Amino acid sequence: MIRIKHRTIGDVHLLDMEGRLTIGEGTAPFREAIHRVIQLGGRRLVLNLAGVTHMDSSGIGELVSAYMTASHLGGCVKLLHVPPRIQEVLTVTKLATVFQTFDDEMTAVESFR
Amino acid sequence: MTERAALETYSISLSVASGLEFVELAEMVTTTLARLAGFDEETAMWISMAVREAVINAIKHGNREDRQKRVEIQYAFNHDGLSIRVTDQGSGFDPSQVPNPLDPENLLKPTGRGIFYMKAFMDEVDIRSAPGEGTIVRLRKKRRPRSA
Repeated sequence: MIRIKHRTIGDVHLLDMEGRLTIGEGTAPFREAIHRVIQLGGRRLVLNLAGVTHMDSSGIGELVSAYMTASHLGGCVKLLHVPPRIQEVLTVTKLATVFQTFDDEMTAVESFR
Repeated sequence: MTERAALETYSISLSVASGLEFVELAEMVTTTLARLAGFDEETAMWISMAVREAVINAIKHGNREDRQKRVEIQYAFNHDGLSIRVTDQGSGFDPSQVPNPLDPENLLKPTGRGIFYMKAFMDEVDIRSAPGEGTIVRLRKKRRPRSA
């Protein structure tokens, strides 16, 4: 199960995520949240992963889908506060080379300027 | 672990219908057994995540969520480590044809990382499958000797 809170700073949409980004109860709400942001016109997304405890291959797939969706629309998905476990997953899957990651929220937001 | 327990091998089996709601059960059982086998909390979590991937593959791709078909999960553990065997009743596949998710052309594909995930976090992964037959995935994690 995952809890997602959506907020904005200017035109940057931040999703604060807490829980497990795993198949079913985790990935479905995440996909819906990304869809809602895109429908609202959001193209600059920051995913705050500070509270994410687990991520399986389906969760990784959803991150990639979000990245591709935003990229195709001329936007971008960036990651904030990536916990060590999730960083390990991103590293072994080589996705650490794809996603820009930040430890500071304002730096992440300002990186879109 | 007592001296006698250190020499024994424990075997436990779990059989579930092909529904994704049983993935969490398999994960919980795996975490509990990994801890019993002597792995630390973090390693037990990675073992459980690898087993999740095998069980999800068995339910989704093997048995195609046909609830009449079973997924068998067999555990054996002793002082040396934990072995898990996940068996489905599906139509099988050719493991050599699974694309490498690290290849540049696959890096941004949303699927195809399950087997890679298992290999990343287990010491041994062996997949026996052939078209028309079921699939058996064997996973093994060895215990590391405690540092002095």
